[in-house]
Amino acid sequence: MIIEVDGLAKHFGEIEAVKGVTFGVEPGEIFGFLGPNGAGKTTTINMLCTLVHPSAGSARVNGFDVRHERGEVRRSIGLVFQQTTLDEYLSAEQNLRFHAYAYGIPAELREKRMTELLNMVDLADRRKGSVRTYSGGMKRRLEIARGLLHHPKVLFLDEPTLGLDPQTRRLIWDYLLALRDQEGLTIFLTTHYMDEAEHSDRIAVIDHGRIVGMDTPIGLKRSVGGDLVTIAAADNQAAAAEITARYGAETTLRDGTVSFNVAHGAEFLPEFVRSFSQPLTSVMVRQPTLDDVFLHLTGREIRDSELDSQEQLLAGMARFRGRQARR
Amino acid sequence: MTEIFRGTWVVSYRELLRFINERSRLVGSFAQPLIFLVIFGAGFGNLIGAVAPGVDFIQFMYPGIIAMGVLTTALFAGVSVVWDREFGFLRELLVAPLGRTGIVLGKALGACVVALLQVSLMLLIAPIVGVRVEVSTVVRLIPIVFVLSTALSGLGLLVASFMRSQQGFQLLIQLLIFPLIFLAGVFFPINQAPDWLQVVSKFNPLTYGVDAIRQVFLGSDAGAQLGVTVLGHTMTLPEEVALMSVFAVVLLSIAAWAFNRQE
Repeated sequence: MIIEVDGLAKHFGEIEAVKGVTFGVEPGEIFGFLGPNGAGKTTTINMLCTLVHPSAGSARVNGFDVRHERGEVRRSIGLVFQQTTLDEYLSAEQNLRFHAYAYGIPAELREKRMTELLNMVDLADRRKGSVRTYSGGMKRRLEIARGLLHHPKVLFLDEPTLGLDPQTRRLIWDYLLALRDQEGLTIFLTTHYMDEAEHSDRIAVIDHGRIVGMDTPIGLKRSVGGDLVTIAAADNQAAAAEITARYGAETTLRDGTVSFNVAHGAEFLPEFVRSFSQPLTSVMVRQPTLDDVFLHLTGREIRDSELDSQEQLLAGMARFRGRQARR
Repeated sequence: MTEIFRGTWVVSYRELLRFINERSRLVGSFAQPLIFLVIFGAGFGNLIGAVAPGVDFIQFMYPGIIAMGVLTTALFAGVSVVWDREFGFLRELLVAPLGRTGIVLGKALGACVVALLQVSLMLLIAPIVGVRVEVSTVVRLIPIVFVLSTALSGLGLLVASFMRSQQGFQLLIQLLIFPLIFLAGVFFPINQAPDWLQVVSKFNPLTYGVDAIRQVFLGSDAGAQLGVTVLGHTMTLPEEVALMSVFAVVLLSIAAWAFNRQE
C-alpha cells in the first residue's frame, strides 16, 4: 500500500478535528475523502503531508513515516491546496523553477520537465506571464503542474476544483485521469462535491472526524438499499405510516416529502400509485447518489451541515489559521 | 544537513527575486531614508548646528539613516513571512523538503543581501551630504551591515513566528520601529541623553549598528565623542560588530526554534 493510516487523530486544544481514522490506499488508485466542511478532511491531509503533527496514531506515505521521515515523505508527494500557494509576484516559470530548486531537481531535468508540464496543462504560451494575471482556473492548473514537477508518487488534492466553473473542472479532471493512466500516479483527494467524488476508485465518507463508510462509489450506493422513492401526499404522516405498514420500509420525512427505499423503483412505482390509499400530489424515483449515501450514513445531507456549530467553529479556526479557501 | 543549505539559498534567492521584481520596494527602500535625511537635515540642521567638532547635523544623521534603512529592510524578512502565510506561499515552503531552519536562515540571508544593496545605493549620495566615501569605508561597512541586518531580521522573524495575522504583525512592528530608531542615536547622540534612555538603548542592537557605521564615516575621534559606552567602557568598532553578532545568533536561534515549534 502506498498510504497506510492507522488510528490517526488530531485535536486542537479541546476540539477533536480527527478522531482516529484508519485506511489504506493502493498505488495507482484514486482515493476520495468525501464529507462536509469541517469534517476533518483538510486536517487529515495536512497530517499526511507533514504539515501538522498528529496527536495520535501513525501514517506512512510511500513507505515513510510522516512523523519521523518527513523529508522523504515530502519528496514523494505533490500537493494542490484549496488556497493558492503560488507566488503571485513571480511568473509561472519562476514559480516552477523555484519549486525545482526547492526539491533538488537536477539542472538537466529541470527545464525539460517544466516545459513538459506546462504543455500538459496548456500554459506554455503564458509561462512568462505574472501569476497575478492568471484566472482561477489557470492558477489551479499551474499548481497541478508544479505539484507534479518532482515526479511524486502521490498527488494530494484538497478540494481541487473548489470555486472553478464546470468547464475548467472537467478539463482539470481530464488531465488528472490521463496522469493516472499514463504515469501510475496515486491520487488522494478531498472534496465535498459529489460528482467529483465519483471519479474515485474508492471513497471514504468522513463526518465529524470519523470515517463512517468506505467502499467503491457503486458499493456505497448499493448499501443505501435500493432506489429512492420520494412522494408528497395530502397527509404526509398518514402516508408514511401506510408505507411502513404495507412495505415494511423506513421512511424519512423532510421538506414536505416522504422518502423511502425500494429494490427496483421503476417497476415498483406503477403498482404503488395504483394501490395507495392516500391521495398523492407528487411521485419521484431515482437511483441513489452519494448525497443519499451521506444521508444514509449520517442522517444529514452534505449541505445541511453548513449549519452545524462544531463545523462552524472548525471552519472559523481554519480561517484564523489562514487556511481560508480564497480564489 | 544539505537540506539546510538548500533551504537557505533557495529561500534567499526568492527574497532577492521578489525585491528586484517589485519596483515599489526597490524605490521605497532607497527613497525612505533619503526623505528622512533631507527633511530632518533641512529642518533641524540650522537649529542644531555642530554636534561634535567638524560634524554638522546632517553628517551626524547620515550613518543613522543608513542604519535605519537596514532596519526596515531587515524587518521585512518578518513581514514576508506573514505575507507568505496570509497568501499561502508559506505552505509551499513548509511542504517542500527544505526544513524550517533553512527557511528562517534563507529569509535572514535574503534580507542581508537586500540590505547590502540598499546601503550601496545610499553611499551614492554621500558626496551630497558632505561625507567622504573610500574603498576602505565600503570594506568596513560590509561586515557591520551583515551582522546588523542579520540581528534585526532575526528580531523580525521572531515576531513573525508569533503573529498570526498581518494586521497584528504590522501593528507590533509599528510599535517597535520608532523606539528602536529613536533609542539608537539616529537623531541625537545617545551618550548625552538622560540615563534611563541610555540604559534602554544599550539593549537595542541598532544602537551599536548606528555607532559602528558612524565610526566608519566620522573616524574614531568624533566617533568616540559620540560613542556608546557599556558599563563605563567606550565600545570600539570590532567590539560592536562582535556584540551585534551575538545578538544575531541569539535572535535567529530563537526565531528558528519558534518556527520549528509553531508551524
